[in-house]
Amino acid sequence: MPFIPHTDQEIAQMLKTIGADSIDDLFDEIPAHLRAAVMSSIPAGMTEMEISRLMRERADKNTKALCFLGAGSYQHHIPAAVWEITTRGEFYSAYTPYQAEASQGTLQLTYEYQSMMTALTAMDVSNASMYDGASSLAEAILMAVRANRKSKSRKILMPTTVNPVYRQTAHTIVKGQQIELVDVAYDETTGTVSLDQIKQQAEGDITAIVLQQPNFFGCLEDVDAITDWAHENNILLIAVVNPLTMAVLNPPGEWGSADSDAKNKGADIACGDGQPLGAPMSAGGPYYGLLCCRQSLVRQMPGRIVGRTVDLDGKEGFVLTLQAREQHIRRSKATSNICTNQGLVVTASTIYMSIMGAKGLENTAAACHANNNHLVEKLTAITDVKQIFSGAHFHETVLQLIVPASEVLSGLMEKDILGGYDLSLHYPELGNAILVCTTEMRSEDDINAYVKALQEVLNSLSGSADSKVTTLPETA
Amino acid sequence: MSEVPSELKYTKSHEWLRVEDDGLITIGITDHAQELLGDLVFVELPEAGTEFVTGDECCVVESVKAASDVYMPISGEIVEVNEALADEPEIINTSPYDSGWLFKVKPSADELADLMDADAYQTEIEE
Amino acid sequence: MMLIFEHSSKGRNGAPQSPVEKASVAAIPENLLRKNSAALPEVSELQAVRHYTRLSQKNFSIDTEFYPLGSCTMKYNPRACNTLAMLPGFLNAHPLTPDEQNQGFLACMYDLQAMLCEATGMAAFSLAPMAGAQGEFAGIAMIDAYHKSRGDDARKEILVPDAAHGTNPATAVMCGFTVKEIPTLDNGDVDLEALKLAVGPQTAGLMLTNPSTLGVFERNIEVIAKVIHEAGGLLYYDGANLNAILGKIRPGDMGFDVIHSNLHKTFSTPHGGGGPGSGAVGVAERLKPFLPLPTVAKENECYRYLTAKDCPESIGRLSAFMGNPGVLLRAFIYMRFLGREGMVRVAEFATLNANYMMSEAKRRGFTLAIDNRRASHEFIITLKNEAREHHVSAMDFAKRLLDLGYHAPTTYFPLLVPECLLIEPTESEAKEALDGFMDALEQIKHEAETDPEILHAAPQTLPVKRLDEVRAAKQLDLAFKGSE
Repeated sequence: MPFIPHTDQEIAQMLKTIGADSIDDLFDEIPAHLRAAVMSSIPAGMTEMEISRLMRERADKNTKALCFLGAGSYQHHIPAAVWEITTRGEFYSAYTPYQAEASQGTLQLTYEYQSMMTALTAMDVSNASMYDGASSLAEAILMAVRANRKSKSRKILMPTTVNPVYRQTAHTIVKGQQIELVDVAYDETTGTVSLDQIKQQAEGDITAIVLQQPNFFGCLEDVDAITDWAHENNILLIAVVNPLTMAVLNPPGEWGSADSDAKNKGADIACGDGQPLGAPMSAGGPYYGLLCCRQSLVRQMPGRIVGRTVDLDGKEGFVLTLQAREQHIRRSKATSNICTNQGLVVTASTIYMSIMGAKGLENTAAACHANNNHLVEKLTAITDVKQIFSGAHFHETVLQLIVPASEVLSGLMEKDILGGYDLSLHYPELGNAILVCTTEMRSEDDINAYVKALQEVLNSLSGSADSKVTTLPETA
Repeated sequence: MSEVPSELKYTKSHEWLRVEDDGLITIGITDHAQELLGDLVFVELPEAGTEFVTGDECCVVESVKAASDVYMPISGEIVEVNEALADEPEIINTSPYDSGWLFKVKPSADELADLMDADAYQTEIEE
Repeated sequence: MMLIFEHSSKGRNGAPQSPVEKASVAAIPENLLRKNSAALPEVSELQAVRHYTRLSQKNFSIDTEFYPLGSCTMKYNPRACNTLAMLPGFLNAHPLTPDEQNQGFLACMYDLQAMLCEATGMAAFSLAPMAGAQGEFAGIAMIDAYHKSRGDDARKEILVPDAAHGTNPATAVMCGFTVKEIPTLDNGDVDLEALKLAVGPQTAGLMLTNPSTLGVFERNIEVIAKVIHEAGGLLYYDGANLNAILGKIRPGDMGFDVIHSNLHKTFSTPHGGGGPGSGAVGVAERLKPFLPLPTVAKENECYRYLTAKDCPESIGRLSAFMGNPGVLLRAFIYMRFLGREGMVRVAEFATLNANYMMSEAKRRGFTLAIDNRRASHEFIITLKNEAREHHVSAMDFAKRLLDLGYHAPTTYFPLLVPECLLIEPTESEAKEALDGFMDALEQIKHEAETDPEILHAAPQTLPVKRLDEVRAAKQLDLAFKGSE
């Protein structure tokens, strides 16, 4: 019997102790007519050998294409040590550290994670993580509504340069609480939100504004000016960041002009997805959501937080703290219904950051950026491939084509290249546009392979499908 | 055995009230309440100037294992809060009826008659 | 133990894990660049490996100790589930890979949806929720969407038994509902009379855990379902305790309209020190249009994600991509290991173990919270007598158990039972482990009677003694800010 150790003799002894004739007797409080029949559509059990074969077959069906796709999930190198240690049974099969003395490993590691994340974002406080970047944005919005007592509107400004699936997720999660998410359009030249456009939407009382850096197009937002403006107007600033890029970019805790006063310096809340820091793409997860804030907002923070303290002998140790905010104590008045964090992924991420160090992260982030510049330079040398947005971008760039993006991407896929993200679903106004990404893993050969493949695909498409070219939208 | 001073008024939700000479009413939580909560680590006080009606949640007292709302026992405006609790919430544990007061209220109606006296509260907490 | 930061030496690194030279970032305007490097530790790879290996050894875990944490279902996490879920074909899959190139993964997800439907008696499943709490959120949001789709806008109240887990009321409030608590009788069943008085045109639904958090099966489930449905409400199943009934009775057959299943409990995905989990949601036919996105469909022998285009009435997305796929793969593998016959055995042996321990506890002089009933997969001891007579608490018992090499059961939950230990052995523990634990509990009871100081001073054998939680909450130290 899989994973059940009982011998017949033990079963008999145990039933005797209980005073029952059979195991079935133990279910005699369940109404007999409700008892389940055999679950015929579930296959029979398998041995480990059999299931290994099945899983290998299925894993092999997935593509091994060269990845130039980002849009919220990124293929980075992960040191072998990271998951070797993360999947040790002591981390893997432990639970929530409610018994602190028996969980110092998980607790200290989480404290170290919080320390690293605050260092990277330059924020005061980090929690032990949320589910993913999208849901951490939703929780950041709920947190801002609780925290900004000067604002009564529950109105959040949401630039459309924020990852579209993050915006959708935030909508799902906050809509039950009468919070309004107000779209702010981006500047068609720069691919970023301008202060002028924000001001147009900012009539009356605004609770918070969300700002993603680098934004979904890979462009860099003018974070200082927008942060200053928000604080002048008692609006909380929620930063959505890719934490790896923060090794190179000005972190959210430092946003705002140099002369803004210390109390107002920086984003109020920072969130984002921790995936680039040691989590494989893994078909979408598990990743983790980072969530940081300034010190004064710590009691509005949802989720678990670990604190350092001392034991009876004065020896340093770690505990879950500020638990009175949480659902198991506050029930209907909790800051959130969240009970867990993404502990195991945070474990991996903490080990990743330790092994890489600041220097390793900087070199990795800079390589992502430089590779993208290099790729874009080569791709835009192809006739009819254009970079839409001016200004700096980090490691993703929007390119415009003269044939439908979906066809180009299918063509590239046939050549075993994941060529990028088709923007037409969420940004039809951009026409035939794709978002291309490079990480530090894309070599010169990879880049050349992409350039060659794209050239071939475009040649064959424009050669064979002239009629499609004529249906191009005006924006091209 | 919890202390229940005879000169105060009480609520079922463990707030106490004292009528001051200037007509203001000082409000806090009882000795019994602080015993139930254990070591207090945080108090979220209302802002002076805010008006509440009877039964409003106006304040939260927090220990390591519990967080408890304080309900406004009478209608009125908050005129002063005990700022010392921000740094030392444990004052409520050591002196619930004196230096551990929470806030002072200017009452907007005469509702004191609806509240319990010390004997009634004593009976209440013994149940 | 020293922090990783305290092993740091300026200029040390030496791990060949990143490009050796820093490429130029001159294309980025100066004001958008970071001024000072982040204060991360500077350690060698060996120092990091040694530090985290040693930290791991300070944890209790299923792989190292018996872990009878009630309501958490700490069963064996088969190693193969991890190994096979981490095959490169799965790990290197970008979430936005075209469906045609992602068929192996999607096939697993489709099969998992189908198996969960069969195991719970529901019509359809979505694997999107990333934890039990998100599953609850999805379930209650669907109940809301269902009523609104019928123009039934006045249903603004969710009923929750007072024995329920704290997430239930917290979730209902997150979804914009008010919460009304329903009392529980001494025998563990919901107070039917109170329930009948509570329902009305404002009732959106009832959230119920069955078997309940008190470790007994709700015998009046059919009446409860009838009362809720006749009032126009829906019945929500909190799958926290599904392990107790898997293959024995299905939530769908009990009358539940929507359920969430904690795959990290019943289907043995790892708890990982507190996550990631998965709270897959299942629904009866009438709630199908509202399932959270994405779900996986099979058309012409080809699997594909369904999106908002296919499901316009969906409550929407709960994550950027597809919940926690790595967790879902582990649950899929575990279910294929068990097969239909193995699933029934889960409930049978989890229940056998719990009832055996309960009988042993009674024989050894402990007071049961609910006597003369069958235990489900867990049961509750109340230490109120020991607390009164010897001034020892459930927490003291818990800490002393750690000294004796056992993870403590859940303490102080459910809140209704004073000084309680909620004990859940799971099916994967052998009789020796159960007996060893009961011996330890009996020894502690004896110590409480003769020398309670041993309990008050526990634990003595762990890396730290009892920690000062008051100090932790008052003098907040949440991040290392340099070693001055």
